[in-house]
Amino acid sequence: MSDLGHVLVLAGGLSYEREVSLRSGRRVSEVLRAAGIDVETRDTDSSLIPSVLADPPDAVFVTLHGGAGEDGAIRSVLELLGVPYVGAGPDACRVAFDKPSAKAVVRSVGLRTPDSVTLPKETFHDLGASAMLTRIVERLGLPLFVKPARGGSALGASIVRTAEELPAAMVGCFAYGDTALIERYVEGIEVAVSVLDLGDGPVALPAVEIVPDEGVYDYAARYTAGHTEFFAPARLSSEAAAACAEMAVTAHTALGLRDISRTDLIVDSSRLPHFLEVNVAPGMTETSLLPMSVEAAGQDLGTVCRFLLESAAVR
Amino acid sequence: MDHGQTAATQGSRIDAYVDRYAARATGMVASEIRALFAVASRPEVVSLAGGMPYVTALPLDVVGELVADLVARRGPVALQYGSGQGDPHLREQICEVMRLEGIDAGSDDVVVTVGSQQALDLITRIFIDPGDVVLAEGPSYVGALGTFAAYQASVVHIAMDDQGLVPADLAETIARLERAGRRLKFLYTIPSFQNPAGVTLNLARRREVLEICQRAGLLVVEDNPYGLLGFDGEPMRALRADDPEGVVYLGSFSKTLAPGFRVGWALAPHAVRDKLVLAMESAVLSHSSFSQLAVGQYLATQPWREQIKTFRELYRERRDAMLTSLEALMPPGCTWTRPAGGFFVWMTLPEGLDSKAILPRAVAERVAFVPGTGFYADAQGAGNMRLSYCYPQPDRIREGVRRLSGVIEQEIRLRDTFGTGSAPDHIGVDTPGPDLA
Repeated sequence: MSDLGHVLVLAGGLSYEREVSLRSGRRVSEVLRAAGIDVETRDTDSSLIPSVLADPPDAVFVTLHGGAGEDGAIRSVLELLGVPYVGAGPDACRVAFDKPSAKAVVRSVGLRTPDSVTLPKETFHDLGASAMLTRIVERLGLPLFVKPARGGSALGASIVRTAEELPAAMVGCFAYGDTALIERYVEGIEVAVSVLDLGDGPVALPAVEIVPDEGVYDYAARYTAGHTEFFAPARLSSEAAAACAEMAVTAHTALGLRDISRTDLIVDSSRLPHFLEVNVAPGMTETSLLPMSVEAAGQDLGTVCRFLLESAAVR
Repeated sequence: MDHGQTAATQGSRIDAYVDRYAARATGMVASEIRALFAVASRPEVVSLAGGMPYVTALPLDVVGELVADLVARRGPVALQYGSGQGDPHLREQICEVMRLEGIDAGSDDVVVTVGSQQALDLITRIFIDPGDVVLAEGPSYVGALGTFAAYQASVVHIAMDDQGLVPADLAETIARLERAGRRLKFLYTIPSFQNPAGVTLNLARRREVLEICQRAGLLVVEDNPYGLLGFDGEPMRALRADDPEGVVYLGSFSKTLAPGFRVGWALAPHAVRDKLVLAMESAVLSHSSFSQLAVGQYLATQPWREQIKTFRELYRERRDAMLTSLEALMPPGCTWTRPAGGFFVWMTLPEGLDSKAILPRAVAERVAFVPGTGFYADAQGAGNMRLSYCYPQPDRIREGVRRLSGVIEQEIRLRDTFGTGSAPDHIGVDTPGPDLA
């Protein structure tokens, strides 16, 4: 039995990823209970603060994806309440969650990340979309990957292979956010590298390779079991695998993250990894990548989650 | 690409049975639209998406006493298996309900089902082989389309206008499909206060539709969950009232009492009825005796006609709130139907807007609707959305429409900026869950 009295798992929220978050929350609660922890699972609503104040948990596991869960907001609230939690603090989250900001930080420490341009909706409206889109294609080339600057689960994201597809991709992107990140699309092996800090500094777990049946790792491919084939560890040469691991740990450190993160990257035909984005509250569902990495590393998810909570509780 | 030396050759697909599912399970995938509906269920969001009846308007204390009394007095029967066809006394009572719409039927031709949704499933099961054609209004009920898809039917839509299904298009479509050698099995129609369009098939057209189907030897499946929820005058005469042999009628207590009982029924010609009973028994053995007896008790002891009147008045007030708000707030270019009953308004967006692409922003602004594509089997409907007024209070409806109008104005601006209001196709078409259907 752990020294932890009771812990709180936060799941749900009002972001687009609510459903995924609820699934992550259920999974984390389940493995923690199996690890002997007294777990309470809560949504984030107006009853949260009174409830935490009335019966403060020893530590909180945040499985809120997107929006407040990853942009630092809920972590600021937890700081205000004086409740310890697993994962990065609000300032680091704010930067990491904003993909263009995270790219700028990792580029500044020498990591490779695809060329991109970040533009808000208003700019297209004010300056005229047609000329800007033409210039973007000229400058970055094709194919492109368009995604909201903030958000996850590939919502609003799409690959653009011809210039004609770009306007619809922009509309799809702006459905999920007001600012778009338009990135040169790098063909290659899609991998995710989870990083855990179990007391000895951040360590990369085995990379997970993602091979979606339809070629695109979209929402359906992410959350429908059977629609994507995963290889853990990824089918990479040991040099490429080491480069991916190093990239993930460097990104984790450069962004000031703590305890847990997942970096998504592409390994190109020259076996070089390219940083795409980092997740501060990685998915924990049955089809999520971090739990696969934990298993591939020969570790138990419940034990890992319990350790992270115990570390947070004494922070 | 060289994958190096240390790795597994076979990956994991998480689902060990991924290669063993039936072809009909192909479309059962996670979707962005469904994920958005998960947010819409939060109280902060004004949901104009749900098709949930406002059961709070029921005398819940009375229903509670009735259920307690049922268990105390008839527990051994209520908690036992029942017959495949359904409780005989309830079937008599159902005939009494149907008389309000001009139907003169014997209880022997009624099969009680788990909501009318199960009746739809059973009808499809006994009539449809993969590739057979079902004709349905365009747009049509999302739950029916889901059932037809599950049995691999090919749905062909028939045009509608403000007076309901267009008979000329029905006749032409039947002729065209027959010439092409297609196997037509039935016409599925919701003639009164249609879901999702809110329109009602007028009397003259009802006669025409029956004549056309009679000539073609085509069965009509009349789905009529909202027939008693008209806001003006007497209930419309059901199609079944004028063609007992050519129509299977589907009814439900979900809207006139409560969906939680899951009591619906099919009234069918004898031969069809016999097959439905066998199909029912093979599906679930028998309906819940408890639910059937509870509904029977309610009908026998409570002023159910008065309760329906209460529902009608409540929904009329909400319909008015929605239509008035739409009129006051929607930007130019939006048009909508004006239902005389039921739960739904069908809105047509300004040219070039895509309701699927609008939904995420709407949810961010805390209002939800159902994109029109869910109501077609053939990817039409991107320019439409279904708005329901059955569940939110009038002030919430007004607030929801206010939020939605702001979102649509933004989308018009986006369309004007990019020359398109459509997002890439991968956002997909999806069927909402039972609370939204």
